[in-house]
Amino acid sequence: MPPRPELPLRRKGRGRFLYAQNRPKDTMDLSFVILVEMLYAVASLILIGAGLAVVFGMMKVINLAHGEFMMMGGYATITAVNLGVNVFVAMLIIAPLIVGLIGLVVERLVIRHLYGRLVDTMLATWGLSLFFIGMTTMIFGNTTTGISTPIPGFAVGGYQINGYNFFIIVVAVLLLIGILAVLKTTRAGLVARGAMQRADMAASLGYSPDRIYMATFFCGSALSGLAGAVLAPLVGLVPTSGGAYIAKAFITVIAGGPSLVAGLLSSAGFFGIVSRIFTFAISPVIGEVALLVAAVILLRLLPQGITGRFLTGRL
Amino acid sequence: MTLNRRKFLGATAAMTGAAMLPRAVLAADAIKLGSIVDTSGIFDAYGKPMDMALRLAVNEINGAGGLLGRKIEVIAYDTQSDMALYSQYAQQLTRQDKVDVVHGGILSASREAIRQTMRKTKTLYFYNVQYEGGVCDHNIFCNGLTPAQQAEVLVPWAMKEAGGKKVYTLAADYNYGQITARWIEKYVRDAGGEVLSTDFFPLDVADFGATIAKIQTAAPDLVIAPLVGGAHLSFFRQWAASGMKDKIPLASTTLGVGNEHKVLTPEEGNGIMVAYSYSQDLDTPANIAFKERWSAAYGDPSALHELAISTYYGVHTWAKGVEMAGSVERDAVIAALETGVSFDGPAGKYTVDPKTHHATVDVHLMKFKDQKMDVVETLSQRPPIDTQAVCDLEANPDDNTQYEIQI
Repeated sequence: MPPRPELPLRRKGRGRFLYAQNRPKDTMDLSFVILVEMLYAVASLILIGAGLAVVFGMMKVINLAHGEFMMMGGYATITAVNLGVNVFVAMLIIAPLIVGLIGLVVERLVIRHLYGRLVDTMLATWGLSLFFIGMTTMIFGNTTTGISTPIPGFAVGGYQINGYNFFIIVVAVLLLIGILAVLKTTRAGLVARGAMQRADMAASLGYSPDRIYMATFFCGSALSGLAGAVLAPLVGLVPTSGGAYIAKAFITVIAGGPSLVAGLLSSAGFFGIVSRIFTFAISPVIGEVALLVAAVILLRLLPQGITGRFLTGRL
Repeated sequence: MTLNRRKFLGATAAMTGAAMLPRAVLAADAIKLGSIVDTSGIFDAYGKPMDMALRLAVNEINGAGGLLGRKIEVIAYDTQSDMALYSQYAQQLTRQDKVDVVHGGILSASREAIRQTMRKTKTLYFYNVQYEGGVCDHNIFCNGLTPAQQAEVLVPWAMKEAGGKKVYTLAADYNYGQITARWIEKYVRDAGGEVLSTDFFPLDVADFGATIAKIQTAAPDLVIAPLVGGAHLSFFRQWAASGMKDKIPLASTTLGVGNEHKVLTPEEGNGIMVAYSYSQDLDTPANIAFKERWSAAYGDPSALHELAISTYYGVHTWAKGVEMAGSVERDAVIAALETGVSFDGPAGKYTVDPKTHHATVDVHLMKFKDQKMDVVETLSQRPPIDTQAVCDLEANPDDNTQYEIQI
């Protein structure tokens, strides 16, 4: 094939592609894009970690089925959307409710018998995760499904940005504010915090720890469902998708330390920014590696997590 | 009637023997075809239709009176998407079941796990999957597409459609992606273009936001994406979500093999360029008739894909070889197949290339359009020239290598 003359061809009706490429790209635009990507990375870690932070951070239950709760949130959203429900209703209301209810059943049947038995809960929830993968495969099949993102992309100078990133950032911010508000300003939050610290004292004051644990586990599961639902339009969902989230969720929560909101925010911020810097500078693989290396170093220096040393006593 | 132990043992032995007798006679009479694919686990979207296609082909042959007057019996093992099970079941098929031919393997890793077992036990082996090319082994027949049949036509066409010469490649990080990326680089250079960058992604990477920003900084004219599996499907979603789809065109050597174009919405998929030898939407009498036969056997044909079609071809090609040889004996069948046997089916004509044991096939350049593959151009009878360049089994029948491209 003879070499094609490039310019004339482009002028002839190929203008569709001319637009994005020939717009000047300055570094201001690029730094804005990188900033958004970093915020997005932090926000998605907050979302992935929130449900686990409630269940593990408050109740000391190691929920190895956390990833599967997220996966079910995604499937709940897709099913609801396919049934004609508005996508935002499906993501923000239906999926958290359904996964929360599944969590409730799991708590009543399995988890409540195992409070305080760390290794046993790990084993039980790992079994649950296999069970959920199997059930989802039976119902939806082992094929990739998904919905498209409901928000269009837009241009920043010469760059195109995924508009949905902003939605995820907003959801993460609202989620943190919501958790903080519930724990700090409501009576239910106060009772929950009290029961987590001294269950016997809460019981002597007339509150049933059993009920409080149940409600907390429901909230934690619902948060996992919400995270899975909100992230669903960005990925191809398969029944084994949960596995991709679980490691990041545990790293974020454990490195965060004892405080729920401050821990989540600080560790998600740290890991999100570290992984994005390496992703942009080198490659996505190195970005993931950097996240794990950062986690190892951080836990060596701060074995109690970030909020075990700094910001102690915060929520 | 009293029953003592001796009588009881005698009677049961006789009954068991009698019960086993007809089966033993039947088994000796049937030709044994071994099948080894993943019909459960993460690769079952590939493996299940392959298994169905294999059985459909066998039923067709049996329905027409069998092969050499004998029925074909399928002995199938499900490898559950677990590479370790491939070597185990390959041993079972070749040493215990002593099958006459084996069809199977999906990922390149699974093929390499069983190829040497087949060779050692002198069991004829058919690998019916699109792959990175270069396998040179007297004992194996590969009828899937190789990069030369796919990338060689896809790359220049996509570059022409994009109207530019700068290409950005995103590939899956295992042997298929690594080798295919090198082929893409070669064909981009041959067309006078330049590969700006090649990024590799492990199979579980699902977040491509940073990559999409990097691609925009590099400003290529075309993105080629041999990405594999469910997590990588996220790229196409995120690419469309960021509004890039109408700015820089996309081509892929893998998207659609697992019917991914039906998972992506029209807004996400429309316009993506691919090249395969089969699409459900081929509007030929042979394909329409095939889909009717498939529906009659299994119902909905929407899970059909190229790998299933290649498997269907594999069984029929082998059967033609057996008929021509008049025997199922390995060397006779290979000699018969090496005369250049061809089979005409839903994807047109597949012909065995004697020098490489690969197939000469029709290739269709297609664009995704409303969750279908729209044929833009058909290139008839493309030989596997990549493997032909390195492999000549007529001259070196003892060759046992997988050649890789050097740039």
